[in-house]
Amino acid sequence: MLNPKLNRRSFVTATGTLVLATSIGGTAAFAAAPTNRRFVFIIQRGAADGLGTLAPVGDPAFAGQRGAVAEDFASAPKLDGMFALHPNLTNVAGLYAAKEALFVHAVASPYRDRSHFDGQNVLETGGTAAYQVKDGWLNRMLSLLPPAEAKAIAIAATVPMALRGKVEVASYAPSALPDASDDLLMRVSSMYQDDPQLHAAWEQATATRMVTSDLAADNGRNAIALGTLTAKLLAAENGSRIAMIETGGWDTHAQQRGRLGTQLRGLDGMVGALKAGLGPLWQDTMIVIATEFGRTVKVNGTGGTDHGTGSMAMLLGGAVNGGRVIADWPGLSDAALYEGRDLKPTTGLDTVIGSAVAAHYAIEGTRAMAALFPQAQRAKLIDGLARV
Amino acid sequence: MSDASIALNRFGLGVRAGEPPVTDPKRWLTGQFDRYDARPAPIAGLPSTSVIAGNLADYLADVREQQRERRQSGDMPQRPGQQRRRAAGYTPPAASGTDPAMTMQDGTEPGAPMRRRNAPMQDMPMAEGQDMPRDPVQQARQFARRQGRDYYAGAVTARCLASLDTPAPFVERMVHFWANHFAVSADKLTVVGLSGQLEFDAVRPHVLGKFRDMLFAVERHPAMLLYLDQAQSVGPNSVAGQVAQRRQARQQPGLNENLAREIMELHTLGVRTVYTQADVTEFARAMTGWTVSGLGRGAGARFAGVDGNPGDFVFADRIHEPGARTILGKQWPQQGYAQASAVLDMLATHPATAKHIATKLARHFAGDDPPPALVAKLERSFLATGGDLPSLYRALIDAPEAWAPKPAKFRTPWDWTIASYRALGTRELQPLAAQNLLRQLGQPVWQPGSPAGWDDVAASWAGPDAIMRRVEAAERMAQRTRDTLDARARAAELFPGALSPSTAQAIARAESPGQGVALMLVAPEFMRR
Repeated sequence: MLNPKLNRRSFVTATGTLVLATSIGGTAAFAAAPTNRRFVFIIQRGAADGLGTLAPVGDPAFAGQRGAVAEDFASAPKLDGMFALHPNLTNVAGLYAAKEALFVHAVASPYRDRSHFDGQNVLETGGTAAYQVKDGWLNRMLSLLPPAEAKAIAIAATVPMALRGKVEVASYAPSALPDASDDLLMRVSSMYQDDPQLHAAWEQATATRMVTSDLAADNGRNAIALGTLTAKLLAAENGSRIAMIETGGWDTHAQQRGRLGTQLRGLDGMVGALKAGLGPLWQDTMIVIATEFGRTVKVNGTGGTDHGTGSMAMLLGGAVNGGRVIADWPGLSDAALYEGRDLKPTTGLDTVIGSAVAAHYAIEGTRAMAALFPQAQRAKLIDGLARV
Repeated sequence: MSDASIALNRFGLGVRAGEPPVTDPKRWLTGQFDRYDARPAPIAGLPSTSVIAGNLADYLADVREQQRERRQSGDMPQRPGQQRRRAAGYTPPAASGTDPAMTMQDGTEPGAPMRRRNAPMQDMPMAEGQDMPRDPVQQARQFARRQGRDYYAGAVTARCLASLDTPAPFVERMVHFWANHFAVSADKLTVVGLSGQLEFDAVRPHVLGKFRDMLFAVERHPAMLLYLDQAQSVGPNSVAGQVAQRRQARQQPGLNENLAREIMELHTLGVRTVYTQADVTEFARAMTGWTVSGLGRGAGARFAGVDGNPGDFVFADRIHEPGARTILGKQWPQQGYAQASAVLDMLATHPATAKHIATKLARHFAGDDPPPALVAKLERSFLATGGDLPSLYRALIDAPEAWAPKPAKFRTPWDWTIASYRALGTRELQPLAAQNLLRQLGQPVWQPGSPAGWDDVAASWAGPDAIMRRVEAAERMAQRTRDTLDARARAAELFPGALSPSTAQAIARAESPGQGVALMLVAPEFMRR
């Protein structure tokens, strides 16, 4: 579904369509911004498996719980005494070695059920329950920034929830395919809930939609093209400073090993393309990658995993104070699991995002949290996520 | 569902914005027999069958001329690939021996930008000064595209407009039903431009007449005669067949049993009923000579011994297989045209035909597995009246099985599209809008890809991808209403006494009027009839 056609030049704003001149830059009408900061939020729709991305190989229960799915990590280099990164994440591993990658494990948003749509709504709105907050945390973040830096773009046909709100943002449709908006899809879901025929077909249709927009498509080339495109949009002199990329295909209920592997390779390619495309701007860039919830610790009967709770988040970029994994590790023994099946979350994803944004933009932590996650319970912010 | 909602949606084409409410559902339906217009304005304004067939005839004549020139220059037919291996500087002749009436496997998508999006155009740019591409396949594609643009596209739009504006939606539904029963598919070069004409010329005028008359009009229509290869069927022992054998002609003409088989299998008796393979072959022999005038100009016309306006039905005695035939255990001694005509008359009122038609009609209105009692009623009506269609429709309207309150059918893409346009009050269509939408929804008009026509069961239409496409289409259609439509009020009109509280609530809670319209168009009530 994400099939960037780089020759398209139509930018759609929240209020209508405007065509951007093809020659970007060269005008003196815009004063230089005070900083060069760039911020990218990559959402992993479909509940990416944190345990399959950053595996707690040092946890004595890991191998037993995960069985064959853990074999991907047999020869993966360890980051520390506990964690190993999926071998397909070669660019990310390089960033880690250069101290430009930081992982937070056993994280979760306040959402504790297992519906994608609801979970994504909580992740994107920054509320504590689905549909409680009407705009997105990424849009609210814009109101904290100086105007020159508060320019955001969604790399999507329509503006995703996280970027919706009172600050106007742009969106760029990488292809001409007419996708129905996520909001309509959610409402259709609830409208079909009591109709057995339509409900069953619709469940499958939305699942397929996630798969078709995934990063594995076209052998990862789409993902790389998307990274390159995003970098281009962020590097343009008058371009956006903030971008949101949607990725799908993380809902690995069956044959997870192969699927997750290609997903991660796609994501890794996208990150590599972003770094390459941003050039010197990489030094001022922070990428946040997060998913709505995790997956079950145990593998199901079809070599996959089902909807779980705790997962992991990544902070990548030259602006990140990386080279470490932050985890208040709860353990993977049966007794340690959340509701007997999921990785127990020990860190709030809102805290991670709030702390990262505060550090990246040098905003006072409580102010950032109040704007981004006004409903969040008070938690101690994580210091030092960005280089000063 | 209420009776009014059933009349409007199951029997009709959905409520048209601004339509007065239905108070007496059964009378509203039978009253349409007087209001129906066989040739409404959008259809009356189209080019005629003879114009379209004339265009086809010119093309086929050009191709044959090129073939003749090639034969005279001593160049034998060969595949295009072989030509390319010739030395540089060689100009290949204009056409190879490819049959110009070939089936268009991939090239004919009448005005179909949707599917081409991902595939680069197959056609190579034409060399300067050339009128036609040299490659016969390209040439045929180009012709089919032109017919698609000039005739097919207009016919699709006319069909939609007629459905949007009709005072007789139930009768229009029957037109669509019969056109699908007698399906041709616009993926064959010779059928692209004529596909709509079959419905306009042969179905519409007879939808309130006798089944027999519709059957005859269809089987004599150029679209059907060309689609199912009847036009080129030649009796081996006919005068022309004997001449060809004596001359040891390059291509020996022969019998083609395609139309004869489909008449028995699809149009009348029904598959696996009373006929055998021997009956099909015998019927095909009887049918020889049923052909189209004007499309075999020159040698072809001389061979068949016919001339006349392109597209006209003619009986060509010179290619008719002589002799009596035995079909369904009966001798048919008639001569010439009268032979197949007598057989067709028999088929038109055969008990197996009555059962076949009754089953399809019952399935169309009362569910994918139609109630046997309804099938039996319709069958009796058909037999008692000799296939009088208004009597059949009355029997259907009178049958309680057709009024079962639970939605009986999942709307096909065609049904859904027309109902959506009507619900939105659409009165005009951009030239390719409906055509592209229906292609995207999986039911391009007059292009079922098979003489069996489109399936009439939910399993064919209620798939996940199909529903996602409707949701996408609904959102785009709703955007075009520009927030001028209150879906809360409209939904109540569309399903009088039959709107579920959950749908009403979903629409009422929409984030915008446009979203409410989109939800209305994909509501469970709207997906079915």
